[in-house]
Amino acid sequence: MNEAATPWRRAFRVLVTVGPGGLWLLLFVLLPTLLVLVASFLTRGPYGELTGPLGLHNYARLLHPVYLEAFAQSLLVGVLATLLSALLGYPLAFYIARHPRRDLLLFLLLLPFLTNFLIRVYAWLVLLQREGLVNALLGALGLGPLALYPSFFAVLLATVYTFLPFFVLPVYASVERLDWQLLEAAYDLGARPLRAFLHAVLPQTYPGLFAGSVLVFIPAMGTFVVADLLGAGRVVLIGNLIQQQFGITRDWAFGAALSVFLMGFVLLSLYLYARLQGERGLGHGRSPYPEDLL
Amino acid sequence: MRRLLALHALLVYFFLYLPILVIVALSFNQGRRGVRFTGFTLDWYRALFQDPRVLEYFLNTLVVAFLSTLVATALGTLLAVGLVRYRFPGKGFLRYLLYIPVVVPDVVMGVSLLLLFALAREVLGFPRLSLFTVILGHITFQVAFVTLVVRSRLLLLDPALEEAARDLGARGWQTFWHVTLPLAWPGVAAGALLALTLSLDDFVVTFFTAGPGATTLPLYIYSSVKLGVSPKVHALSTLIIALSAFFLALGYALSRRRV
Repeated sequence: MNEAATPWRRAFRVLVTVGPGGLWLLLFVLLPTLLVLVASFLTRGPYGELTGPLGLHNYARLLHPVYLEAFAQSLLVGVLATLLSALLGYPLAFYIARHPRRDLLLFLLLLPFLTNFLIRVYAWLVLLQREGLVNALLGALGLGPLALYPSFFAVLLATVYTFLPFFVLPVYASVERLDWQLLEAAYDLGARPLRAFLHAVLPQTYPGLFAGSVLVFIPAMGTFVVADLLGAGRVVLIGNLIQQQFGITRDWAFGAALSVFLMGFVLLSLYLYARLQGERGLGHGRSPYPEDLL
Repeated sequence: MRRLLALHALLVYFFLYLPILVIVALSFNQGRRGVRFTGFTLDWYRALFQDPRVLEYFLNTLVVAFLSTLVATALGTLLAVGLVRYRFPGKGFLRYLLYIPVVVPDVVMGVSLLLLFALAREVLGFPRLSLFTVILGHITFQVAFVTLVVRSRLLLLDPALEEAARDLGARGWQTFWHVTLPLAWPGVAAGALLALTLSLDDFVVTFFTAGPGATTLPLYIYSSVKLGVSPKVHALSTLIIALSAFFLALGYALSRRRV
């Protein structure tokens, strides 16, 4: 930056600005990640401690049907939550972006979202329990009380509820800088509304759609709290397995292998997301990440 | 089409607010169970305030949130300045590290910190799981978010402003203190507010890094909920909802002022 600055002075400035935060990341992000990786090759000792021998045995255990079922469930929650978020969130983002009081609408979108995560999940427990409001309404319609909680349905509903704004915000960011002239051009060229939307509007929102999908999919797959409270043991996701291994079961080595698996899965989906975005030629320009919105 | 969109938006907002309204309403309900409103009462709030543990948990939550936000904001702001202004070896790697706490599920982050603290205790005899380790954990995810928010603000700034300050004879730290920081301020404030909210909201990382005596409100809510639905939790939740609304309104006011 400063031509007059000597190399030493520059190095000093880098050390002062990047040093503390960089050191923190090395110590508390990189080191723990490496520890998980190492632990995943170790073995649970008789008192729940980590010992040798080293090996791939923890990874071999992942292939057991019980665990495969948990992966399948997690994947299902992740995919369905993403699809439902798209269904609810995509049109909403358009409505907000084109509304004269969009600041207020965004504020109202974020308010429930910033209410404590646990309270949001708990609220669904209250609504879906046997004497809850949903069953009271169903009863009034003569549909008798349903066993809505604990269930897969309850887990999915609360997951969508919890992560919906993660979807809306990036899509909103895309819609806000949409070039509407392309839509007019499509109409001028005689396109019908659906065709015009598919060719002139939808592609412009791909970056937001992709970002929103990743931001919903990852936490939806990785959380253990929602399934713990609303599935009450009947819905077991990878996150729940990890929590069990580090809790009651106290098999940290196997828990670490599950964590590495989950992390690998997340990184792989991020990689695919980046590739997909790059291929469509949308990887350039402003990123649709929520950091831009702040 | 417009009316269809409006109807859709109305239904989604209803979906977003229904659970919260039900919790708030039930916190004033005399009945212990179910949703039938049997009469207005403040008993649950009274019970909440008479429970000395709740005050302790509340204070724990605040101590963790404010201390961790303070440290994370300082570290994150400096890091963002360094990342935007300088080139140095390992910069690309550092940027990858920054994204780990953002993209990796909290469970994984929680257990990896637990492993770190367990190893540190084995080797160094320090630290015991406590409020202190919770604070370390919170700083870790906050630093990443603060850095990303401040960085995006710094990228919008005109570098000519800092050059002008230097041409006028300002030293490095003077430029930083009198030019860079004031210009980056909305980003720093937004980053700090985000960090504070993340800390107040966090359950998972706290769950894995908290030792005995380090209960925070989310941990308390979790254990109460595991024991069954309780009107006292409704009252507590309502107070927390009010508090988040206040913080969000504050952030909203701050962000509008910059425009």
